[in-house]
Amino acid sequence: MKKTGSQNHFLPGFGLSLGFTLVYLSLLVLVPLSLLSFRALSLDGTLYRDIFQDPRTLAAFKLTFASSFIAAGLNLIFGFIVAWTLVRFPFPGCSFIDALIDLPFALPTAVSGIALTSLYVRSGMVGRYLDIFGIQVAFAPLGVVVALSFISLPFVIRSLQPALKDIEREYEEAAISLGASPISVFFAVIFPAIRPALLTGFSLAFARALGEYGSVVFISGNMPMKTEIISLLIAGRMEQFDYDGATALAAVTLLASFMILLSIHLIQWHYSRKIQPRS
Amino acid sequence: MGGLKILLTLTLLLCSGCGQFFSDRAPAVEIMNVSYDPTREFYRDYNAWFTENYCEGSGESVRVLQSHGSSGKQARFVIDGLEAHVVTLALAYDIDAISSKTGKLPPDWQTRLPHGSAPYTSTIVFLVRSGNPKNIQDWGDLIKVGVEVITPNPLTSGGARWNYLAAWGYALLQALDEDQLSRLSEDDPLLQEAEEKAFAFLSALFRNVPVLDSGARGATTTFARRGIGDVLITWENEALLALKSLPQERLEIVTPSVSILTEPTVSLVDEVIDKRHTRDVAQAYLEGLYSPEGQALAARHYFRPREMQHASPEDRDKFPELHLFTLEEFFGDWQKAHEKHFSPAGCFNRLYAMRYANQEK
Repeated sequence: MKKTGSQNHFLPGFGLSLGFTLVYLSLLVLVPLSLLSFRALSLDGTLYRDIFQDPRTLAAFKLTFASSFIAAGLNLIFGFIVAWTLVRFPFPGCSFIDALIDLPFALPTAVSGIALTSLYVRSGMVGRYLDIFGIQVAFAPLGVVVALSFISLPFVIRSLQPALKDIEREYEEAAISLGASPISVFFAVIFPAIRPALLTGFSLAFARALGEYGSVVFISGNMPMKTEIISLLIAGRMEQFDYDGATALAAVTLLASFMILLSIHLIQWHYSRKIQPRS
Repeated sequence: MGGLKILLTLTLLLCSGCGQFFSDRAPAVEIMNVSYDPTREFYRDYNAWFTENYCEGSGESVRVLQSHGSSGKQARFVIDGLEAHVVTLALAYDIDAISSKTGKLPPDWQTRLPHGSAPYTSTIVFLVRSGNPKNIQDWGDLIKVGVEVITPNPLTSGGARWNYLAAWGYALLQALDEDQLSRLSEDDPLLQEAEEKAFAFLSALFRNVPVLDSGARGATTTFARRGIGDVLITWENEALLALKSLPQERLEIVTPSVSILTEPTVSLVDEVIDKRHTRDVAQAYLEGLYSPEGQALAARHYFRPREMQHASPEDRDKFPELHLFTLEEFFGDWQKAHEKHFSPAGCFNRLYAMRYANQEK
């Protein structure tokens, strides 16, 4: 008799939970996305050609992907430092700081956008000092990076914290007693252990930043060719009842982000395969 | 035990409250007016007047539900199934979209009420800072070096499209007179030359724009609260409202010599009123906008009434005379204006593409 996976499983309820997972995912993710894909596939090909020939759209693509990448990268570095501090050096009030990190999740993005804009405009509390050095944040590409860093901050920290907690101090102590320098302890012991978490955090932050709309439209200034993001162009097409144009733009964005996320996961898979035979 | 008592008391209180809530009002009919942002205060007052007036006339009590948002978005809600009995939106283009995408109202809806179904109008004016330090008097002053102009992004804001078209019309009138404009055919070299000049004027104007907010309200905030820019291009009703609601920012209105007549339009949504048997109420609701009281209320809320004689004298003073042209005169209709100016291959996109192409050279 042929044995199926479900019969192999020692925990009961596999069929039920798999069924629930499929229904839940279908309703929330698969059906809307496949509707988008169907619509996107049935569109006139010239719509896609127009996207790649329109300098304004191309500029928006460049800005959206570049600033999301930079924001996720910044959070990778500074998020690591924050997570490291919180895990390794518990200080009084550290759980308060820990709770603060989730705020960007909870705040409506329009609120954070307006608050950041007020801070960073030429007359704002921070902006007036940056203005002395000729640095413009609000209504410039830098503002987009600031807003995206803000909203994607929790992703890196929250993925890193459990990984950092799991590292056994004994490995580091052993490495040091064997004569390793602090730097080589970091790169040979700690970094390999948290690399999957870093990659996950990075891709979550990056994906979140790509789709952001609410906070960016306030701080970017929405200048064509300079500070317009893709979500604004999609919203604009909708506003003008150009459903097909909006769908085409959304499909291209979706495909591009999917490719990027897929390659991040492939990198992770590649590394985890390299590590496993050794251990 | 104490907790249970409190809970019981609360439940009883809540129930008695509900009873009152349900017994108090039993409106015979309910209609829903789907409108856009700047009409919020106007329709609050108009609905109060209408419900009272209609009840006196017919003995039937009526309740008007109100919905506001950006005009394009509201139209999309109606297209997607929001049950509007009447729509009162910023542009005929938005109501046209409902008609063409769903057939919920006939394509000739605009001919069913006087003045192209636009009971009140507005125009595009400037808002400047107290004392008008940059001495801005007319459209021509907006392209001067060192003047910062605030206007929203035409991609997402209907108001921004009016601003853009008003400036374009001004520039056309600098090259040709109105008579020539109505006479010349589209491919006449004279007209083409004038349009090239208008394109150059708009390029120069947008060179002075440091930020394009996503909506008209956002642009007002940027200008009035954040202190950015020397002049804000906006609807007259929005400008008058800003003067009243933000007195501490010390702003002034400058009315240019010429501007565009903006016509917010209204219509019945036939499919819904036939299903709900509310045609009579809805019809009376829209016709009331043309009545002396409706016109006076519109004027009080900063819209230019079609019949100025119905406005109170102090409201009349708010609307200075200026040369107004219509969208139809210079641009044909919204579909054409959209295609020529705001589509991906349109003038607005070209204007920015050219600017950055020149910079790279």
